[in-house]
Amino acid sequence: MTDHTSVRAGARRPQRYLPLQILLGFLVIYFLVPFWWVIVNSSKDAPGLFGGGNTLWFTDQIDYLGNLRQLFTYDGGIYLRWMLNSTLYAIAGGVGATVLAVMAGYGFAKYRFAARRFSFAVVLGALMVPATALVIPTFIMFSRLGLTNTVWAVILPSLLNPFGVYLMHVYARDAVPDELLDAARVDGAGEVRTFLQIALPLMRPAVVTVLLLSAVASWNNYFLPLAMLSDNRLFPVTVGLGLWQGIASANNAGTTSLWSLIILGSLVSVIPLIIAFFSLQRHWRGGLSVGGLR
Amino acid sequence: MTSLTEKRAPRTQPETRKIRGKVHLREHLMGWLFVGPFGIVFLAFLIAPLGYALYLSLFQKKLIGGTSFVLFDNYVKAFTDPSFLSGAWFVIRFSLVSIPLQIVIALALALILDSVTTLFARFSRLMIFLPYAIPTVIGAVMWGFLYSRGFGPLTDIFGLFGATAPDFLSSDLIFYGLLNVVTWQWAGYYMIILYAALQGVDPTLYEAARMDGAGRWQIATRIKIPLIAPALILILVFSLIGTLQFFNEPQILRYLAAGTIGSDFTPNMYAYQQAFSLANFNYGSAISFALGGLVFICVYAFLFFTRKRRSFL
Repeated sequence: MTDHTSVRAGARRPQRYLPLQILLGFLVIYFLVPFWWVIVNSSKDAPGLFGGGNTLWFTDQIDYLGNLRQLFTYDGGIYLRWMLNSTLYAIAGGVGATVLAVMAGYGFAKYRFAARRFSFAVVLGALMVPATALVIPTFIMFSRLGLTNTVWAVILPSLLNPFGVYLMHVYARDAVPDELLDAARVDGAGEVRTFLQIALPLMRPAVVTVLLLSAVASWNNYFLPLAMLSDNRLFPVTVGLGLWQGIASANNAGTTSLWSLIILGSLVSVIPLIIAFFSLQRHWRGGLSVGGLR
Repeated sequence: MTSLTEKRAPRTQPETRKIRGKVHLREHLMGWLFVGPFGIVFLAFLIAPLGYALYLSLFQKKLIGGTSFVLFDNYVKAFTDPSFLSGAWFVIRFSLVSIPLQIVIALALALILDSVTTLFARFSRLMIFLPYAIPTVIGAVMWGFLYSRGFGPLTDIFGLFGATAPDFLSSDLIFYGLLNVVTWQWAGYYMIILYAALQGVDPTLYEAARMDGAGRWQIATRIKIPLIAPALILILVFSLIGTLQFFNEPQILRYLAAGTIGSDFTPNMYAYQQAFSLANFNYGSAISFALGGLVFICVYAFLFFTRKRRSFL
């Protein structure tokens, strides 16, 4: 034990290695270049953008406010709608998928019920099913039910998260001791209460991780809404910006202003997720290691 | 590895099972109650669409004579269709280059960040992970701008050295253009997973190795990498599944690289075109299913090759 703590203390002392840090510095620049380009160029108006000046530095005219106003008023404020749609899909899909995954993962880990091994093997096999292979048949099924081109067409398929179940299963198995659950049962707590009050708090890091991963997957989804939705007022921001890019590329001359909207739109659309990731950092990092350790 | 996880969760299942043996029916019920809601979604949005796709893929719709049962004709057509085959060949080639590249970069970064513990290293970790928070579509849009002749910086940068800028949107270089986008997007995510796994390793192991005279390089290759092998296998499998389904990035860059990326560039794009542009759902389903088969074969071949089947699936 003394050995252990002394090593830990050693690890806490900053380890430098200058050459490695310089290498890191270059890599950080590489990973940040696209962000920098977008930040710089969303300050420009159309002439600044196409004027042929330095594309990695600001022009004399820095006009974020004007561009923002244009972004949020263009086409009757459609961009704001897209952002709200994305938020709805991410929250509904993320929360729904997480609730289902947490319950299923706990069920698989803590109850020995009929066909448990077989069902879990099927879920694991489903990790390998390409999600996009499901989009075409799901689209036809939904169009029979009249569900295409509604928010449900995007939300319902997002509830499926087999990886979340796998992650929760591993975590529940390792982090929730059976003795604790049995003790609660002996004390007269029902199964549901045992789950909510004993198991769930212990599973919190994994729950946050699954929630974040599912919400990000819904927010980033492109193929599913692209196939399901035809009304552009239902589009999430990914499909919307893709639409703008298609229009802008198709007739470059007439729509120069659309390019600056796409650039600023990209920048604004990534801000919510960056905030979510950074503010929840402490929670999801612990959960991520679980999937990898086994 | 096992000793690590064992310490975290002492196994006492045999004893508890004895105690709980009496409430058997109740346990079945409760188990299904917890798993049931997910099970319904699983049946509705995974099993049913898969079955339906298989069913659809066995039919053909003709202008004359309507829809008829053709058994595997669509699959025969797909595997002799140059569009499908070239797309499949592209994603296989792309996987073989991009996955090792991403994993090597992610592993190197994780090892560096595991041993360098300055404030700047922590800052770098976040910045390198940042692209994961960006939707792939937006990432492709951003890189599309950087590649473009009109407003990208490449012309300026190469101009400084008197060279002509490479056009990553041309048919010669689009492979590398996409390779860069994908690496930028995912290397940081894989790095975080590997880093988390490295942080879970008991540091006394390093101390012991150091006493035995192992250097930094030896500790990395002989201790760290073998210990995080399960995490490596996991991300390899996921990146393989993802890359074979390649769709978002080429679909977005298509707009900018007119003529370079066709509508049959990857199998998924081809299936999308067949189903949604040509309303040929039968053939589109067959392509999706054939792609699913390809993914299955590749993943199992990989897992067999690494002989790690038991550790993950």
